[in-house]
Amino acid sequence: ASICCKIKEILFKHGLLFSIRHQNWVQIMYRVLISMRCLNKNNILISGLCFPLLDCPGTKSEQAGKSASCQGCPNQKLCASGATKAPDPAIAEIGIKLSTVKHKILVLSGKGGVGKSTFSAHLAHALASDTTKEVALLDVDICGPSIPRIMGLEGEQVHQSGSGWSPVYVEDNLAVMSIGFLLGGPDDAVIWRGPKKNGMIKQFLRDVDWGELDYLIVDTPPGTSDEHLSIVQYLSSTHVDGAVIITTPQEVSLQDVRKEIRFCKKVKLPIIGVVENMSGFVCPKCKNTSQIFPPTSGGAEKMCADLNLPLLGKVPLDPRIAQSCDEGRSFLSEVPDSPAAQAYQRIVQSECV
Amino acid sequence: EILFKHGLLFNCPGTKSEQAGKSASCQGCPNQKLCASGATKAPDPAIAEIGIKLSTVKHKILVLSGKGGVGKSTFSAHLAHALASDTTKEVALLDVDICGPSIPRIMGLEGEQVHQSGSGWSPVYVEDNLAVMSIGFLLGGPDDAVIWRGPKKNGMIKQFLRDVDWGELDYLIVDTPPGTSDEHLSIVQYLSSTHVDGAVIITTPQEVSLQDVRKEIRFCKKVKLPIIGVVENMSGFVCPKCKNTSQIFPPTSGGAEKMCADLNLPLLGKVPLDPRIAQSCDEGRSFLSEVPDSPAAQAYQRIVQSECV
Repeated sequence: ASICCKIKEILFKHGLLFSIRHQNWVQIMYRVLISMRCLNKNNILISGLCFPLLDCPGTKSEQAGKSASCQGCPNQKLCASGATKAPDPAIAEIGIKLSTVKHKILVLSGKGGVGKSTFSAHLAHALASDTTKEVALLDVDICGPSIPRIMGLEGEQVHQSGSGWSPVYVEDNLAVMSIGFLLGGPDDAVIWRGPKKNGMIKQFLRDVDWGELDYLIVDTPPGTSDEHLSIVQYLSSTHVDGAVIITTPQEVSLQDVRKEIRFCKKVKLPIIGVVENMSGFVCPKCKNTSQIFPPTSGGAEKMCADLNLPLLGKVPLDPRIAQSCDEGRSFLSEVPDSPAAQAYQRIVQSECV
Repeated sequence: EILFKHGLLFNCPGTKSEQAGKSASCQGCPNQKLCASGATKAPDPAIAEIGIKLSTVKHKILVLSGKGGVGKSTFSAHLAHALASDTTKEVALLDVDICGPSIPRIMGLEGEQVHQSGSGWSPVYVEDNLAVMSIGFLLGGPDDAVIWRGPKKNGMIKQFLRDVDWGELDYLIVDTPPGTSDEHLSIVQYLSSTHVDGAVIITTPQEVSLQDVRKEIRFCKKVKLPIIGVVENMSGFVCPKCKNTSQIFPPTSGGAEKMCADLNLPLLGKVPLDPRIAQSCDEGRSFLSEVPDSPAAQAYQRIVQSECV
């Protein structure tokens, strides 16, 4: 037992127990003790008795510093004080950096291709039409960053200065940041696993020199994974107004969107409301309305009623929306009298009043 | 010496690093020769296991797109239906979209459960010769969210490939989520000991989609995944009343046709928008059976023929 404690002390001293997962650690210690047994001709007990003594609960667990196995550990006081459970320091830094941002809105959807980026971009345009407001649009879709194209900023570059990365300005009061600006060309693929994507999101929040903002809009990729957990985690020291959830009318979309809503509830992110895109198409020739994505289960309207969420509005399909996005122009400026543009404007009004 | 032996000292570069066995701090380490020989950089044993398990699958097709919402799941499901219409073929559809698994709904299998037996997990059968696996079958209900980071998703994909009792298959179709991230790297990695026919890339006509799709094509080239061809969905809408065609997602930069010409890839076909497609998917029926004479269904059938001949 005394030999085991000695080994434990050495490992603890070098901070090695913090970096080894429990199972590996037990295995490794077992082998270490066997080796010691080989070296020592006396019988040393190596099984059963020793492992519970060496059972570090983990520095971030609730038992850290408090469990029986922490007795005699030189780090016991440190763990018990809670210092080892400190969160990523970046979270506090981001909290300070974004404390001057009055409103933060996340645009989410469980489903892809429903119009998140289109909505984010046009929300940014609409808010920035009030030139007294400072607006920023952050694109955290690392694999498929559409925002540069939609905002007409393809080919733009980001610069680094003493105060951080400078975002790209569409208008004097409308700044944009996306990984798209960091690529060599628009076709360059970003083939990253989760942890690397998380690191980039952290940098976007901590290192971009946004300045004083009235609105920060965050466009996200579809899903409930790394990007979504990270953005919520890194913004956890700030006040986030909430999320706007985008969907299309069909059940296959709503199914994924309900998952996103559950995600929001789980991470305690308020939901500002739901927008239903692609809500019917009016033939330009005969004016007949077709439901191209039929609301077989009642569409967003029923889902919102069921889940007690505000339906902010329904936007019809309009070829001029996709056209404007491809050309990097604001659809709200190009065809302001179209039913779709008017629907968008109503949504923005309702959201921000 | 003991700590060195078990890789417990800080300045061990790590057994899988390029410096393993070669760095200055490896001097005196009893494992030095082992590391330097490269034995510690052995890949995940699951890759070899999967290679053996899927060696009886004649054709493996991945359905990819950099862009979301272009019709990957719709296409995968209907490709599976079309291939399974030949009852002499055994077909399987694997859904590796962990966050947004649409396949159970589209295949009409919502609420079905997966069972475990001695030979592994049993997939869910739509027809005698058409099996399906998705994380959707492992959830409590269809609204349950799977909020997992990359590594956990990768683990599930590994299990899908290694632990599902597919049996002897003619075709394994893999439906993927949008992007070029964990799921895509993992599926390619775990299938690296097997022969994969290639990828079918789905897009819609507008440039915002094509931009993401070109990234996906680069991904395929980077991981040496052959590209079978490209399918352009939502390629025009014919008004049922006046028969006027509208390009709802206009091909402002030439659509998939130009992209395929530029990148020297086969354009397998163009499928028009048809409300009955979304309707069938919501209802879990095959659009190819429901409205076989529609232009969209015919386009799908032509694509399937061209792909598999």
